[in-house]
Amino acid sequence: MALRRFGLYAILVVLTAVFTVPLIWMVLTSLKSYPDAQRIPSTWLPDPVETYGYQQLLQAGSQNPVLRWFANSMLAAVAQAALVLATASMAAYALARMRFRGRGLIFGLIVATLFVPPATQIIPNFLIVDTLGWLDTLAVIVVPGAASAFGVFFLRQFFLSLPRELEEAATLDGANTWQIFTRIVLPLSKPALATLAVLAFLSNWNDFLWPIFVLFSGDQLTLPAGLGLLQGAYQTDYPVVMAGAVLASVPAIILFVLAQRHIIAGVSRSGLKG
Amino acid sequence: MASTRAGVRRRGAATPYLFLTPYLLLFLVFALLPVVLGIWLSLHQWDFQLPNKPFVGVDNYRDLFDSSSVVYSFWWESLGATGIFTALSVPLLVVLPLGLAVLLNRAFPGRTFFRAVFFAPYVLGVAVIGLLWRFLLDANLGLVNRLLGLVGLPDTTAWVTDLPWAWVSLVGVTVWWTAGFNAVIYLAGLQDIPGELYEAAKVDGATAWQRFRHVTLPGLRPVLLFVITTTILASANLFGQSYLITQGAPGTSTRSVVWYIVEQGIAQNDAGRAAAMSITLTLMLAVVSIANFRIFRYRED
Repeated sequence: MALRRFGLYAILVVLTAVFTVPLIWMVLTSLKSYPDAQRIPSTWLPDPVETYGYQQLLQAGSQNPVLRWFANSMLAAVAQAALVLATASMAAYALARMRFRGRGLIFGLIVATLFVPPATQIIPNFLIVDTLGWLDTLAVIVVPGAASAFGVFFLRQFFLSLPRELEEAATLDGANTWQIFTRIVLPLSKPALATLAVLAFLSNWNDFLWPIFVLFSGDQLTLPAGLGLLQGAYQTDYPVVMAGAVLASVPAIILFVLAQRHIIAGVSRSGLKG
Repeated sequence: MASTRAGVRRRGAATPYLFLTPYLLLFLVFALLPVVLGIWLSLHQWDFQLPNKPFVGVDNYRDLFDSSSVVYSFWWESLGATGIFTALSVPLLVVLPLGLAVLLNRAFPGRTFFRAVFFAPYVLGVAVIGLLWRFLLDANLGLVNRLLGLVGLPDTTAWVTDLPWAWVSLVGVTVWWTAGFNAVIYLAGLQDIPGELYEAAKVDGATAWQRFRHVTLPGLRPVLLFVITTTILASANLFGQSYLITQGAPGTSTRSVVWYIVEQGIAQNDAGRAAAMSITLTLMLAVVSIANFRIFRYRED
Protein backbone atom coordinates (compact mmCIF):
# COMPACT_ATOMS: atom_id res chain seq x y z
CA MET A 1 0.00 0.00 0.00
CA ALA A 2 2.77 2.39 0.95
CA LEU A 3 4.54 1.41 -2.26
CA ARG A 4 1.44 2.18 -4.34
CA ARG A 5 1.09 5.54 -2.69
CA PHE A 6 4.73 6.23 -3.45
CA GLY A 7 4.12 5.27 -7.07
CA LEU A 8 1.15 7.64 -7.30
CA TYR A 9 3.15 10.57 -5.95
CA ALA A 10 6.07 9.74 -8.25
CA ILE A 11 3.75 9.99 -11.27
CA LEU A 12 2.23 13.21 -9.93
CA VAL A 13 5.64 14.80 -9.42
CA VAL A 14 6.74 13.94 -12.95
CA LEU A 15 3.50 15.37 -14.36
CA THR A 16 3.84 18.49 -12.25
CA ALA A 17 7.32 19.01 -13.71
CA VAL A 18 5.97 18.56 -17.26
CA PHE A 19 3.29 21.20 -16.70
CA THR A 20 5.30 23.73 -14.70
CA VAL A 21 8.91 23.59 -15.95
CA PRO A 22 8.07 25.40 -19.22
CA LEU A 23 6.43 28.21 -17.23
CA ILE A 24 9.33 28.42 -14.78
CA TRP A 25 11.74 28.52 -17.73
CA MET A 26 9.75 31.44 -19.16
CA VAL A 27 10.14 33.43 -15.94
CA LEU A 28 13.84 32.54 -15.52
CA THR A 29 14.65 33.52 -19.10
CA SER A 30 12.84 36.85 -18.74
CA LEU A 31 15.36 37.64 -15.97
CA LYS A 32 18.46 36.89 -18.06
CA SER A 33 20.67 39.25 -20.00
CA TYR A 34 20.92 38.78 -23.76
CA PRO A 35 24.35 37.05 -23.76
CA ASP A 36 23.27 34.93 -20.77
CA ALA A 37 20.26 33.64 -22.73
CA GLN A 38 22.40 32.95 -25.82
CA ARG A 39 24.70 30.61 -23.94
CA ILE A 40 25.08 27.07 -25.32
CA PRO A 41 24.49 24.88 -23.43
CA SER A 42 21.94 27.03 -21.66
CA THR A 43 22.06 27.43 -17.89
CA TRP A 44 19.07 27.20 -15.58
CA LEU A 45 19.48 30.24 -13.37
CA PRO A 46 20.02 33.79 -14.62
CA ASP A 47 23.57 34.85 -13.82
CA PRO A 48 23.34 37.65 -12.95
CA VAL A 49 19.63 38.42 -12.54
CA GLU A 50 18.90 41.18 -15.05
CA THR A 51 15.80 43.24 -15.79
CA TYR A 52 17.07 43.81 -19.33
CA GLY A 53 14.06 42.12 -20.95
CA TYR A 54 11.54 44.19 -19.01
CA GLN A 55 13.52 47.41 -19.51
CA GLN A 56 13.46 46.92 -23.28
CA LEU A 57 9.68 46.71 -23.15
CA LEU A 58 8.88 49.31 -20.53
CA GLN A 59 11.34 52.09 -21.37
CA ALA A 60 9.77 55.38 -22.42
CA GLY A 61 9.34 55.87 -26.16
CA SER A 62 9.65 52.16 -26.85
CA GLN A 63 8.65 50.98 -30.33
CA ASN A 64 6.40 48.53 -28.56
CA PRO A 65 4.16 50.32 -26.03
CA VAL A 66 3.62 47.26 -23.85
CA LEU A 67 2.06 49.20 -20.98
CA ARG A 68 -0.44 50.70 -23.39
CA TRP A 69 -1.25 47.22 -24.75
CA PHE A 70 -1.63 45.98 -21.20
CA ALA A 71 -4.08 48.81 -20.41
CA ASN A 72 -6.03 48.20 -23.64
CA SER A 73 -6.35 44.51 -22.85
CA MET A 74 -7.41 45.16 -19.26
CA LEU A 75 -10.02 47.72 -20.30
CA ALA A 76 -11.41 45.51 -23.06
CA ALA A 77 -11.57 42.38 -20.90
CA VAL A 78 -13.27 44.17 -17.98
CA ALA A 79 -15.73 45.96 -20.29
CA GLN A 80 -16.61 42.77 -22.14
CA ALA A 81 -17.09 40.79 -18.94
CA ALA A 82 -19.43 43.53 -17.64
CA LEU A 83 -21.37 43.61 -20.92
CA VAL A 84 -21.71 39.82 -20.94
CA LEU A 85 -22.93 39.75 -17.32
CA ALA A 86 -25.52 42.48 -17.85
CA THR A 87 -26.97 41.27 -21.14
CA ALA A 88 -26.72 37.51 -20.58
CA SER A 89 -28.23 37.59 -17.09
CA MET A 90 -31.30 39.54 -18.22
CA ALA A 91 -31.82 37.34 -21.28
CA ALA A 92 -31.23 34.15 -19.30
CA TYR A 93 -33.76 35.20 -16.65
CA ALA A 94 -36.42 35.83 -19.28
CA LEU A 95 -35.71 32.45 -20.87
CA ALA A 96 -35.66 30.62 -17.54
CA ARG A 97 -38.69 32.12 -15.82
CA MET A 98 -41.01 33.91 -18.22
CA ARG A 99 -43.45 32.48 -20.71
CA PHE A 100 -43.82 34.33 -23.95
CA ARG A 101 -44.31 33.88 -27.66
CA GLY A 102 -41.12 32.89 -29.49
CA ARG A 103 -39.28 31.63 -26.42
CA GLY A 104 -38.52 28.23 -27.91
CA LEU A 105 -37.38 29.75 -31.19
CA ILE A 106 -35.10 32.31 -29.54
CA PHE A 107 -33.53 29.77 -27.21
CA GLY A 108 -33.12 27.31 -30.09
CA LEU A 109 -31.31 29.89 -32.22
CA ILE A 110 -29.01 30.83 -29.34
CA VAL A 111 -28.12 27.19 -28.68
CA ALA A 112 -27.62 26.54 -32.40
CA THR A 113 -24.88 29.20 -32.57
CA LEU A 114 -22.97 27.29 -29.88
CA PHE A 115 -22.19 24.83 -32.68
CA VAL A 116 -21.03 27.35 -35.28
CA PRO A 117 -17.22 27.39 -35.26
CA PRO A 118 -16.35 30.98 -34.25
CA ALA A 119 -13.44 31.22 -36.68
CA THR A 120 -15.81 30.85 -39.60
CA GLN A 121 -17.71 33.98 -38.50
CA ILE A 122 -14.68 36.20 -38.81
CA ILE A 123 -15.03 37.27 -42.44
CA PRO A 124 -18.67 38.45 -42.19
CA ASN A 125 -18.03 39.96 -38.75
CA PHE A 126 -15.09 41.87 -40.21
CA LEU A 127 -17.43 43.36 -42.80
CA ILE A 128 -19.98 44.27 -40.10
CA VAL A 129 -17.50 46.08 -37.83
CA ASP A 130 -16.02 47.80 -40.88
CA THR A 131 -19.50 49.08 -41.83
CA LEU A 132 -20.01 50.29 -38.25
CA GLY A 133 -16.70 52.16 -38.45
CA TRP A 134 -15.31 50.20 -35.51
CA LEU A 135 -12.08 48.86 -37.03
CA ASP A 136 -9.04 49.78 -34.94
CA THR A 137 -11.15 51.01 -31.97
CA LEU A 138 -11.82 49.67 -28.48
CA ALA A 139 -15.42 48.78 -29.45
CA VAL A 140 -14.27 46.15 -31.93
CA ILE A 141 -12.63 44.02 -29.24
CA VAL A 142 -15.38 44.59 -26.64
CA VAL A 143 -18.78 44.40 -28.30
CA PRO A 144 -18.89 41.63 -30.96
CA GLY A 145 -17.43 38.99 -28.61
CA ALA A 146 -20.11 39.77 -26.01
CA ALA A 147 -22.72 38.08 -28.23
CA SER A 148 -21.45 34.73 -26.97
CA ALA A 149 -24.25 32.20 -26.46
CA PHE A 150 -22.39 30.44 -23.66
CA GLY A 151 -23.25 33.05 -21.01
CA VAL A 152 -26.99 32.89 -21.67
CA PHE A 153 -26.96 29.10 -21.75
CA PHE A 154 -24.88 28.85 -18.58
CA LEU A 155 -26.93 31.36 -16.53
CA ARG A 156 -30.25 29.96 -17.72
CA GLN A 157 -29.25 26.55 -16.36
CA PHE A 158 -28.32 28.17 -13.06
CA PHE A 159 -31.56 30.19 -12.76
CA LEU A 160 -33.59 27.05 -13.46
CA SER A 161 -31.89 25.40 -10.48
CA LEU A 162 -32.94 28.18 -8.07
CA PRO A 163 -36.03 27.50 -5.90
CA ARG A 164 -39.01 29.51 -7.11
CA GLU A 165 -40.45 30.11 -3.64
CA LEU A 166 -38.51 33.30 -2.90
CA GLU A 167 -39.57 34.87 -6.17
CA GLU A 168 -43.19 33.84 -5.55
CA ALA A 169 -43.15 35.33 -2.06
CA ALA A 170 -41.74 38.58 -3.42
CA THR A 171 -44.47 38.70 -6.05
CA LEU A 172 -47.07 38.37 -3.31
CA ASP A 173 -45.38 41.24 -1.47
CA GLY A 174 -45.92 43.37 -4.54
CA ALA A 175 -42.41 43.41 -6.02
CA ASN A 176 -42.22 43.83 -9.78
CA THR A 177 -40.18 41.63 -12.11
CA TRP A 178 -37.22 44.00 -12.23
CA GLN A 179 -37.09 44.22 -8.43
CA ILE A 180 -37.28 40.45 -8.10
CA PHE A 181 -34.50 40.05 -10.66
CA THR A 182 -32.11 42.61 -9.16
CA ARG A 183 -32.82 42.09 -5.44
CA ILE A 184 -33.46 38.37 -5.19
CA VAL A 185 -32.27 36.44 -8.24
CA LEU A 186 -28.96 38.21 -8.89
CA PRO A 187 -27.77 38.12 -5.25
CA LEU A 188 -28.62 34.40 -5.10
CA SER A 189 -26.62 33.86 -8.30
CA LYS A 190 -23.34 35.36 -7.18
CA PRO A 191 -21.31 32.14 -7.64
CA ALA A 192 -22.57 31.63 -11.20
CA LEU A 193 -22.09 35.31 -12.06
CA ALA A 194 -18.54 35.23 -10.70
CA THR A 195 -17.76 32.12 -12.74
CA LEU A 196 -19.10 33.70 -15.92
CA ALA A 197 -17.27 36.98 -15.25
CA VAL A 198 -13.95 35.20 -14.81
CA LEU A 199 -14.40 33.01 -17.90
CA ALA A 200 -15.48 36.03 -20.00
CA PHE A 201 -12.52 38.07 -18.78
CA LEU A 202 -10.04 35.30 -19.55
CA SER A 203 -11.39 34.56 -23.01
CA ASN A 204 -11.16 38.24 -23.96
CA TRP A 205 -7.78 38.72 -22.29
CA ASN A 206 -6.37 35.75 -24.24
CA ASP A 207 -8.07 36.34 -27.59
CA PHE A 208 -5.57 36.40 -30.45
CA LEU A 209 -7.13 35.70 -33.86
CA TRP A 210 -9.70 38.53 -33.87
CA PRO A 211 -7.53 41.40 -32.53
CA ILE A 212 -4.64 40.78 -34.93
CA PHE A 213 -6.95 41.30 -37.90
CA VAL A 214 -9.12 44.19 -36.67
CA LEU A 215 -6.53 46.35 -34.85
CA PHE A 216 -3.75 48.05 -36.80
CA SER A 217 -2.28 51.05 -34.96
CA GLY A 218 0.61 50.39 -32.60
CA ASP A 219 -1.12 51.97 -29.62
CA GLN A 220 -4.51 50.32 -30.17
CA LEU A 221 -3.28 46.72 -29.91
CA THR A 222 -4.14 44.31 -27.13
CA LEU A 223 -1.35 42.52 -25.35
CA PRO A 224 -1.69 39.18 -27.22
CA ALA A 225 -1.74 40.99 -30.57
CA GLY A 226 1.31 42.98 -29.46
CA LEU A 227 3.13 39.81 -28.43
CA GLY A 228 2.88 38.62 -32.03
CA LEU A 229 4.71 41.80 -33.09
CA LEU A 230 7.34 41.36 -30.38
CA GLN A 231 8.15 37.91 -31.68
CA GLY A 232 8.75 39.39 -35.13
CA ALA A 233 10.78 42.33 -33.81
CA TYR A 234 12.99 40.54 -31.27
CA GLN A 235 13.26 37.07 -32.87
CA THR A 236 15.79 35.16 -30.73
CA ASP A 237 16.25 37.95 -28.18
CA TYR A 238 14.45 35.65 -25.80
CA PRO A 239 14.69 37.64 -22.54
CA VAL A 240 12.59 40.40 -24.15
CA VAL A 241 10.10 38.01 -25.75
CA MET A 242 9.72 36.05 -22.49
CA ALA A 243 9.30 39.27 -20.49
CA GLY A 244 6.36 40.09 -22.77
CA ALA A 245 4.93 36.61 -22.25
CA VAL A 246 5.31 36.96 -18.47
CA LEU A 247 3.47 40.31 -18.47
CA ALA A 248 0.59 38.75 -20.39
CA SER A 249 0.52 35.73 -18.06
CA VAL A 250 0.55 37.50 -14.71
CA PRO A 251 -3.10 38.72 -14.63
CA ALA A 252 -4.37 35.36 -15.90
CA ILE A 253 -2.35 33.44 -13.30
CA ILE A 254 -3.38 35.77 -10.46
CA LEU A 255 -7.01 35.42 -11.49
CA PHE A 256 -6.62 31.64 -11.65
CA VAL A 257 -5.11 31.47 -8.18
CA LEU A 258 -7.83 33.71 -6.69
CA ALA A 259 -10.80 32.31 -8.60
CA GLN A 260 -9.68 28.74 -9.20
CA ARG A 261 -12.85 27.33 -7.67
CA HIS A 262 -15.03 29.39 -10.03
CA ILE A 263 -13.04 28.54 -13.13
CA ILE A 264 -12.98 24.81 -12.39
CA ALA A 265 -16.69 24.88 -11.52
CA GLY A 266 -17.54 26.62 -14.79
CA VAL A 267 -15.51 24.21 -16.88
CA SER A 268 -16.87 21.15 -15.04
CA ARG A 269 -20.45 22.23 -15.54
CA SER A 270 -20.01 22.90 -19.24
CA GLY A 271 -19.27 19.19 -19.72
CA LEU A 272 -22.17 17.90 -17.67
CA LYS A 273 -24.68 20.03 -19.51
CA GLY A 274 -23.28 19.07 -22.88
CA MET B 1 -46.09 28.22 -9.51
CA ALA B 2 -49.25 29.15 -11.30
CA SER B 3 -49.38 32.44 -9.44
CA THR B 4 -45.89 33.45 -10.66
CA ARG B 5 -46.73 32.72 -14.24
CA ALA B 6 -50.02 34.57 -13.99
CA GLY B 7 -48.19 37.40 -12.23
CA VAL B 8 -45.64 37.77 -14.97
CA ARG B 9 -48.36 37.70 -17.58
CA ARG B 10 -50.43 40.34 -15.79
CA ARG B 11 -47.52 42.74 -15.54
CA GLY B 12 -47.44 43.08 -19.28
CA ALA B 13 -46.49 41.06 -22.25
CA ALA B 14 -43.58 43.39 -22.99
CA THR B 15 -41.51 42.43 -19.92
CA PRO B 16 -39.78 39.33 -21.35
CA TYR B 17 -38.89 41.17 -24.53
CA LEU B 18 -37.47 44.10 -22.56
CA PHE B 19 -35.24 41.67 -20.65
CA LEU B 20 -34.14 40.05 -23.90
CA THR B 21 -33.55 43.17 -25.99
CA PRO B 22 -29.98 44.11 -25.00
CA TYR B 23 -28.68 40.60 -25.55
CA LEU B 24 -30.75 39.98 -28.69
CA LEU B 25 -29.37 43.15 -30.23
CA LEU B 26 -25.82 41.82 -29.82
CA PHE B 27 -26.90 38.35 -30.88
CA LEU B 28 -28.66 39.47 -34.06
CA VAL B 29 -25.84 41.74 -35.23
CA PHE B 30 -22.78 39.68 -34.28
CA ALA B 31 -23.96 36.06 -34.20
CA LEU B 32 -26.95 35.63 -36.52
CA LEU B 33 -26.30 38.29 -39.16
CA PRO B 34 -22.78 36.90 -39.82
CA VAL B 35 -24.28 33.53 -40.72
CA VAL B 36 -26.64 35.09 -43.27
CA LEU B 37 -24.07 37.57 -44.49
CA GLY B 38 -21.52 34.76 -44.86
CA ILE B 39 -23.83 32.91 -47.25
CA TRP B 40 -24.50 36.11 -49.18
CA LEU B 41 -20.80 36.99 -49.42
CA SER B 42 -19.98 33.51 -50.65
CA LEU B 43 -22.19 34.09 -53.68
CA HIS B 44 -20.40 37.29 -54.71
CA GLN B 45 -17.00 38.27 -55.93
CA TRP B 46 -16.29 40.50 -52.97
CA ASP B 47 -13.23 42.71 -52.81
CA PHE B 48 -13.33 45.26 -49.99
CA GLN B 49 -11.51 47.77 -52.16
CA LEU B 50 -13.52 47.50 -55.37
CA PRO B 51 -16.84 49.29 -55.89
CA ASN B 52 -18.32 46.45 -57.95
CA LYS B 53 -19.14 43.27 -56.12
CA PRO B 54 -20.83 41.16 -58.77
CA PHE B 55 -23.02 38.16 -58.05
CA VAL B 56 -21.21 35.02 -59.19
CA GLY B 57 -23.54 32.23 -58.07
CA VAL B 58 -21.70 29.16 -56.85
CA ASP B 59 -18.43 30.04 -58.65
CA ASN B 60 -16.62 30.59 -55.36
CA TYR B 61 -17.57 27.09 -54.26
CA ARG B 62 -16.70 25.59 -57.63
CA ASP B 63 -13.23 27.17 -57.40
CA LEU B 64 -12.57 25.15 -54.24
CA PHE B 65 -13.02 21.92 -56.20
CA ASP B 66 -11.53 23.03 -59.51
CA SER B 67 -7.85 22.21 -59.75
CA SER B 68 -7.23 25.02 -62.26
CA SER B 69 -8.38 27.79 -59.87
CA VAL B 70 -5.87 29.99 -58.03
CA VAL B 71 -7.05 29.00 -54.56
CA TYR B 72 -7.39 25.24 -55.14
CA SER B 73 -3.99 24.03 -54.02
CA PHE B 74 -3.70 26.42 -51.03
CA TRP B 75 -7.19 25.60 -49.82
CA TRP B 76 -6.66 21.85 -49.93
CA GLU B 77 -3.15 22.10 -48.51
CA SER B 78 -4.42 24.12 -45.53
CA LEU B 79 -7.43 21.87 -45.09
CA GLY B 80 -5.08 18.90 -45.15
CA ALA B 81 -2.85 20.58 -42.54
CA THR B 82 -5.79 21.10 -40.20
CA GLY B 83 -6.92 17.54 -40.93
CA ILE B 84 -3.54 16.06 -39.99
CA PHE B 85 -3.45 18.15 -36.83
CA THR B 86 -6.99 17.13 -35.85
CA ALA B 87 -6.40 13.44 -36.57
CA LEU B 88 -3.24 13.43 -34.44
CA SER B 89 -4.36 15.67 -31.57
CA VAL B 90 -7.92 14.50 -30.89
CA PRO B 91 -7.11 10.88 -29.88
CA LEU B 92 -4.39 12.14 -27.51
CA LEU B 93 -6.67 14.84 -26.09
CA VAL B 94 -9.42 12.32 -25.48
CA VAL B 95 -7.29 9.57 -23.91
CA LEU B 96 -4.52 11.32 -21.93
CA PRO B 97 -6.87 13.66 -19.98
CA LEU B 98 -8.98 10.65 -19.07
CA GLY B 99 -5.86 9.15 -17.51
CA LEU B 100 -5.21 12.39 -15.62
CA ALA B 101 -8.82 12.48 -14.41
CA VAL B 102 -8.75 8.87 -13.18
CA LEU B 103 -5.51 9.67 -11.35
CA LEU B 104 -7.03 12.79 -9.77
CA ASN B 105 -10.25 11.01 -8.87
CA ARG B 106 -8.56 9.07 -6.04
CA ALA B 107 -8.67 10.43 -2.54
CA PHE B 108 -5.20 11.64 -1.57
CA PRO B 109 -3.77 14.72 0.11
CA GLY B 110 -2.93 17.51 -2.35
CA ARG B 111 -5.48 16.49 -4.95
CA THR B 112 -6.84 20.00 -5.54
CA PHE B 113 -3.31 21.31 -5.85
CA PHE B 114 -2.37 18.85 -8.60
CA ARG B 115 -5.65 19.48 -10.40
CA ALA B 116 -4.82 23.20 -10.44
CA VAL B 117 -1.29 22.53 -11.70
CA PHE B 118 -2.48 20.37 -14.61
CA PHE B 119 -5.11 22.96 -15.53
CA ALA B 120 -2.81 25.99 -15.22
CA PRO B 121 -1.44 26.15 -18.82
CA TYR B 122 -5.00 26.43 -20.11
CA VAL B 123 -5.59 29.83 -18.48
CA LEU B 124 -2.78 31.29 -20.60
CA GLY B 125 -3.62 32.52 -24.07
CA VAL B 126 -2.31 31.09 -27.31
CA ALA B 127 -0.06 34.13 -27.77
CA VAL B 128 1.84 33.32 -24.56
CA ILE B 129 1.87 29.60 -25.34
CA GLY B 130 3.07 30.28 -28.87
CA LEU B 131 5.96 32.56 -27.88
CA LEU B 132 6.99 30.29 -25.03
CA TRP B 133 7.09 27.11 -27.12
CA ARG B 134 8.71 28.76 -30.11
CA PHE B 135 11.54 29.42 -27.65
CA LEU B 136 11.48 26.03 -25.90
CA LEU B 137 11.56 24.26 -29.28
CA ASP B 138 14.34 26.45 -30.73
CA ALA B 139 16.84 23.99 -32.24
CA ASN B 140 19.91 25.68 -30.69
CA LEU B 141 18.77 27.58 -27.61
CA GLY B 142 15.65 25.64 -26.66
CA LEU B 143 15.08 23.69 -23.48
CA VAL B 144 13.63 20.67 -25.28
CA ASN B 145 16.79 19.82 -27.20
CA ARG B 146 18.85 20.67 -24.13
CA LEU B 147 16.96 18.14 -21.98
CA LEU B 148 17.10 15.51 -24.73
CA GLY B 149 20.87 16.02 -24.88
CA LEU B 150 21.17 15.55 -21.12
CA VAL B 151 19.67 12.07 -21.36
CA GLY B 152 21.78 11.15 -24.36
CA LEU B 153 19.16 11.52 -27.11
CA PRO B 154 19.66 13.43 -30.40
CA ASP B 155 19.64 17.13 -29.51
CA THR B 156 19.71 18.92 -32.84
CA THR B 157 16.15 18.30 -34.06
CA ALA B 158 14.66 21.26 -35.93
CA TRP B 159 11.34 21.04 -34.09
CA VAL B 160 9.58 23.97 -35.73
CA THR B 161 10.97 24.00 -39.27
CA ASP B 162 11.17 20.34 -40.38
CA LEU B 163 8.59 17.66 -41.02
CA PRO B 164 7.41 15.55 -39.35
CA TRP B 165 8.75 17.38 -36.28
CA ALA B 166 6.61 20.46 -36.86
CA TRP B 167 3.52 18.27 -36.47
CA VAL B 168 4.92 16.62 -33.35
CA SER B 169 5.52 20.10 -31.94
CA LEU B 170 2.07 21.50 -32.76
CA VAL B 171 0.30 18.43 -31.40
CA GLY B 172 2.54 18.13 -28.34
CA VAL B 173 2.15 21.79 -27.39
CA THR B 174 -1.61 21.63 -27.82
CA VAL B 175 -1.84 18.53 -25.64
CA TRP B 176 0.29 20.23 -22.99
CA TRP B 177 -1.84 23.36 -23.18
CA THR B 178 -5.37 21.88 -23.12
CA ALA B 179 -5.12 18.41 -21.51
CA GLY B 180 -5.99 19.88 -18.11
CA PHE B 181 -9.17 21.41 -19.50
CA ASN B 182 -10.51 18.06 -20.73
CA ALA B 183 -9.31 16.39 -17.52
CA VAL B 184 -11.44 18.75 -15.40
CA ILE B 185 -14.49 17.94 -17.54
CA TYR B 186 -13.85 14.20 -17.16
CA LEU B 187 -13.29 14.60 -13.43
CA ALA B 188 -16.73 16.16 -13.00
CA GLY B 189 -18.18 13.23 -14.93
CA LEU B 190 -16.31 10.69 -12.81
CA GLN B 191 -17.60 12.26 -9.63
CA ASP B 192 -21.14 11.81 -10.93
CA ILE B 193 -20.75 8.03 -11.12
CA PRO B 194 -22.26 6.58 -7.91
CA GLY B 195 -19.64 5.01 -5.62
CA GLU B 196 -21.95 2.06 -4.94
CA LEU B 197 -21.39 0.83 -8.50
CA TYR B 198 -17.68 0.46 -7.78
CA GLU B 199 -18.39 -1.18 -4.43
CA ALA B 200 -20.72 -3.68 -6.08
CA ALA B 201 -18.18 -4.43 -8.81
CA LYS B 202 -15.50 -4.98 -6.16
CA VAL B 203 -17.71 -7.35 -4.23
CA ASP B 204 -18.23 -9.29 -7.46
CA GLY B 205 -14.46 -9.59 -7.74
CA ALA B 206 -13.94 -7.23 -10.69
CA THR B 207 -10.33 -6.17 -11.31
CA ALA B 208 -9.35 -2.52 -11.57
CA TRP B 209 -9.37 -2.77 -15.39
CA GLN B 210 -12.79 -4.46 -15.41
CA ARG B 211 -14.18 -1.74 -13.14
CA PHE B 212 -12.81 0.90 -15.53
CA ARG B 213 -14.16 -0.91 -18.56
CA HIS B 214 -17.62 -1.77 -17.23
CA VAL B 215 -18.38 0.98 -14.70
CA THR B 216 -16.31 4.05 -15.54
CA LEU B 217 -16.53 4.09 -19.35
CA PRO B 218 -20.31 3.51 -19.58
CA GLY B 219 -20.86 6.11 -16.85
CA LEU B 220 -18.79 8.62 -18.79
CA ARG B 221 -20.48 8.13 -22.16
CA PRO B 222 -22.28 11.53 -22.37
CA VAL B 223 -19.17 13.33 -21.11
CA LEU B 224 -17.02 11.41 -23.58
CA LEU B 225 -19.27 12.48 -26.44
CA PHE B 226 -19.04 16.09 -25.28
CA VAL B 227 -15.25 15.95 -25.00
CA ILE B 228 -14.79 14.30 -28.41
CA THR B 229 -17.12 16.77 -30.13
CA THR B 230 -15.69 19.92 -28.56
CA THR B 231 -12.10 18.71 -29.02
CA ILE B 232 -12.65 18.04 -32.74
CA LEU B 233 -14.14 21.53 -33.12
CA ALA B 234 -11.29 23.11 -31.16
CA SER B 235 -8.61 21.27 -33.15
CA ALA B 236 -10.29 22.12 -36.45
CA ASN B 237 -10.06 25.78 -35.41
CA LEU B 238 -6.26 25.56 -35.16
CA PHE B 239 -4.70 28.96 -35.74
CA GLY B 240 -2.46 30.52 -33.10
CA GLN B 241 -0.12 27.57 -32.59
CA SER B 242 0.74 27.25 -36.27
CA TYR B 243 0.82 31.03 -36.76
CA LEU B 244 3.29 31.57 -33.90
CA ILE B 245 5.21 28.32 -33.37
CA THR B 246 5.83 26.83 -36.81
CA GLN B 247 4.75 30.00 -38.67
CA GLY B 248 3.42 27.67 -41.36
CA ALA B 249 6.85 26.13 -41.92
CA PRO B 250 8.25 24.31 -43.73
CA GLY B 251 6.89 26.45 -46.59
CA THR B 252 3.16 26.65 -46.02
CA SER B 253 2.75 23.01 -45.04
CA THR B 254 1.59 23.68 -41.47
CA ARG B 255 -0.61 26.68 -42.32
CA SER B 256 -4.06 25.83 -40.92
CA VAL B 257 -7.28 26.27 -42.87
CA VAL B 258 -8.60 28.96 -40.49
CA TRP B 259 -5.39 30.90 -41.00
CA TYR B 260 -5.67 30.58 -44.79
CA ILE B 261 -9.34 31.62 -44.80
CA VAL B 262 -8.74 34.76 -42.75
CA GLU B 263 -5.64 35.60 -44.75
CA GLN B 264 -7.52 35.18 -48.02
CA GLY B 265 -10.60 37.08 -46.85
CA ILE B 266 -8.97 40.05 -45.11
CA ALA B 267 -5.35 40.40 -46.20
CA GLN B 268 -5.98 39.27 -49.83
CA ASN B 269 -9.32 41.09 -50.11
CA ASP B 270 -11.13 38.01 -51.33
CA ALA B 271 -14.05 37.85 -48.90
CA GLY B 272 -16.30 35.97 -51.32
CA ARG B 273 -14.07 32.94 -51.70
CA ALA B 274 -13.09 33.10 -48.01
CA ALA B 275 -16.78 33.01 -47.05
CA ALA B 276 -17.32 30.03 -49.35
CA MET B 277 -14.41 28.28 -47.63
CA SER B 278 -15.83 29.09 -44.17
CA ILE B 279 -19.19 27.62 -45.07
CA THR B 280 -17.68 24.53 -46.66
CA LEU B 281 -15.56 23.99 -43.55
CA THR B 282 -18.56 24.48 -41.27
CA LEU B 283 -20.54 21.89 -43.26
CA MET B 284 -17.67 19.42 -43.07
CA LEU B 285 -17.51 19.87 -39.30
CA ALA B 286 -21.27 19.51 -39.01
CA VAL B 287 -21.06 16.16 -40.81
CA VAL B 288 -18.33 15.00 -38.42
CA SER B 289 -20.30 16.14 -35.36
CA ILE B 290 -23.50 14.45 -36.52
CA ALA B 291 -21.61 11.23 -37.29
CA ASN B 292 -20.17 11.45 -33.81
CA PHE B 293 -23.59 11.77 -32.18
CA ARG B 294 -24.93 8.90 -34.30
CA ILE B 295 -22.12 6.54 -33.38
CA PHE B 296 -22.57 7.20 -29.69
CA ARG B 297 -26.34 6.95 -29.78
CA TYR B 298 -26.31 3.61 -31.55
CA ARG B 299 -23.91 2.21 -28.99
CA GLU B 300 -26.25 3.30 -26.23
CA ASP B 301 -29.22 1.40 -27.72
